Amino acid sequence: MAAQLDDAVGKAAPRTGKGGGPPGRRTPRPPEHGAVRPPAGRTPRSAAPGSSARRTPYLLLLPALLATAVLLGWPMVRNLLLSFQNLNMKELIQHLTDWRGTGNYQEILGSEQFWRVTLRTLVFTAVNVVLIMVLGVLIGLLLARLGKKMRLTLSLALVLAWAMPVIAATTVFQWLFDSRYGVVNWLLDQAGWHAMAHYDWVGTQLSTFSVITVLIVWQSLPFVALNLYAATTTIPRELYEAARMDGAGTWQVFTSVTFPFLKPFFLATTFLEIIWVFKAFPQIFAINEGGPDRLTETLPIYAFTEGVGNLHFGMGAAISLLTIVVLLAMTAHYLRLTLRQERHEENEL
Amino acid sequence: MKRAVSATAGRLWPNATALVLAAGFVFPVYWMFSTAFKPTRDIITDEPVWFPFHGTAEHFATAVRAPHFWTLAGNSVLVTVLAVGLSLVIALCAAFALTRMRFRGRRGILLTFMIAQMAPWEVMVISIYMIVRDADLLNSLAPLTCFYMLMVLPFTLLTLRGYVAAVPRELEESAMVDGCSRRQAFLKVVFPLLAPGLMATSLFGFITAWNEFPLVLVLNKEPAMGTLPLWLSQFQSQFGDDWGATMAAASIFAVPILILFLFLQRKAVGGLTSGAVKG
Repeated sequence: MAAQLDDAVGKAAPRTGKGGGPPGRRTPRPPEHGAVRPPAGRTPRSAAPGSSARRTPYLLLLPALLATAVLLGWPMVRNLLLSFQNLNMKELIQHLTDWRGTGNYQEILGSEQFWRVTLRTLVFTAVNVVLIMVLGVLIGLLLARLGKKMRLTLSLALVLAWAMPVIAATTVFQWLFDSRYGVVNWLLDQAGWHAMAHYDWVGTQLSTFSVITVLIVWQSLPFVALNLYAATTTIPRELYEAARMDGAGTWQVFTSVTFPFLKPFFLATTFLEIIWVFKAFPQIFAINEGGPDRLTETLPIYAFTEGVGNLHFGMGAAISLLTIVVLLAMTAHYLRLTLRQERHEENEL
Repeated sequence: MKRAVSATAGRLWPNATALVLAAGFVFPVYWMFSTAFKPTRDIITDEPVWFPFHGTAEHFATAVRAPHFWTLAGNSVLVTVLAVGLSLVIALCAAFALTRMRFRGRRGILLTFMIAQMAPWEVMVISIYMIVRDADLLNSLAPLTCFYMLMVLPFTLLTLRGYVAAVPRELEESAMVDGCSRRQAFLKVVFPLLAPGLMATSLFGFITAWNEFPLVLVLNKEPAMGTLPLWLSQFQSQFGDDWGATMAAASIFAVPILILFLFLQRKAVGGLTSGAVKG
C-alpha cells in the first residue's frame, strides 16, 4: 500500500513539465539557483538541461528513499500503532485490535524499572564509549610510533579481533570465562587470586557487566585504533616538527596538533561508537540474557524481553520507541553539528 | 652510556606494549581455533592445554553433521551477498546525489539516513513479523534479503559519501569538458576511483548481514529456511557443554569473514578515514 503510493509519486515525478512543477519538495528552484551547477560543455543530448538536471538528484535518491520508507518507515509506523494497543499472544493470533490509548506509555513511564534500566543504559554506554575512545586513541598513537614489523604484527592482531563475527566472539568469550574450565579463571588462580579459581562470572551484576564490557571493548578497539592511526598519517609532518621545535611534549603535541586536526574524526567515531554500544544486543543477550535477575538489561534488551519474551507486544513497542527517543537525545549534539557543517558545504556546491 | 640505555628503553617499551596487546587481541581468536582442534580430553582439563598437540577434526564433523548445515550455509551466503550488493548500488546513487548535487530537501534527507542508522531493529521484530505475515512471506529468503539490505544501507550510504567527496570534482568536470555526459563521466572516471571504497564499505555490510540473528529467528521458523547464526545458537544450546563442537561451529562461522577482512582491510582502514575526516 505504502509502496504503491510512493511508487506512484515516483512515476509521476518525471512527467512534470519543466515550467510548472507540482508543489512540494520537487518544486523547481528558480533558475539562478540551478539544482546542479550546469557544467561547461554539456552534451547536447539532453534537450532541456535545466529540468532534467533538477530531477537527477531525486531520481538517484529514489531507490534509497523508497526502500527506507517501505522497509523502515512502515515498520516504524506499525510499531507506533502497536504501542497504543493492548497486544498479547491472544490478540496476535486472532488478529484482534484492542486500542489502549497512552496506557502502555503511562505504565512504562510510571514504573521504576524503566528509569532504572535507562540510567543503567546511559552509564553502560558512557563507560564503554570512554574506554573505547581512550584506549583506542592510545593504541592508535602507539601504532604510529612503532617500527614497520611491529606495526604490522599489531595491526594484524587488531584486524583479526575486528573481523570476528559478534556471535562467534560472544561464544568464545563464554568459553574463556567459563567458571570450571575457562582460561581466565585459571590465569587468575595462577596469578595468586585463588578465590577466582571457579568464579561464576555471570553470578552478579557487576561481574556480568565486566565480561560484556571486556567483550565489547575488545571488539571495538581495532576500529578506533586502526582508523586513528590511518588518520594521523594524513597530518602534515611540518605541524609536528613545528610543535617539537617549540618544545612541546607528547601530551602537548596531541592536544595542540593531533586532536584539533582530527576533531571531525573524533566526533564521527564517538557518534558511531555511542550508537553501536547503545544498541549492543547479541553480546548482552547471549552472555546471560540480561541476568542475573534482569540486572544487566539495557534498553534494547528490556524492550525485547518485555515484548518478545513476555509476549507483551504493545508494551515492547512502546519501550522501543522510548529507546529511540533516548538515543536521539544522546546523539542530538552530533546531528546538529553535522547539519550545520552541511549548510556551509552546500554553499560550495 | 646512559643515553644509549634510555634510547633502548625508549624503543623497548612501545614494542613490549605492542606485543602484549597483539597477544591480547589474538588470543580469543586463537583459543577458538585451538579448542576446535583439540580432543575433548584436552579441552576439559584443570590445566589448560595451550596447543592442539593431538589435532582432531571430529568436532568439525559434529558441527557439519547438524541438520540442514549446508542448506543454511547456502542461505547465509545468498542473503548476505544479495543484500550487500543491492545496498551498494542503491547507496552509491544516493551518496553521489547527496555529495555532488545541490537541491531542495538535501539536508533533510541526510538527517533521515543518519537517524535510520540508529533504528533499533531488534525491538522492531514484532511489527516486521506482522507485516511479513500479512504479506504471506514467512519462511522465505526475500524479506530477509530486503531487511538486511536496509540494515546496512544507512552506514553504506554515509560512508560512501566520504569516498565520493574524496574524488576531486575537477576530474569529473574535465571529463565532461572532453565531451562525456555526466553519466559517462561518473562511470568512466569517478567509479573506478571509488572501487576501493566500495570494497571497504562492503565489509561492514557483510559482517552485519552475516551476523543478523533476531529477525531470522522470528521470521523463518522452518528449519531449512534459516541462516548460520540460527545454527550456531541452536548448536550451542543443543550441545551445551561440548565446547569443542561449539568452538568448531564458531570457527566455521567466522572463517569466511576473517578471510574477507584480511584481503580487504587495507582498503577499509585508509578509506574510511578519508570519509570520517571529512565528517
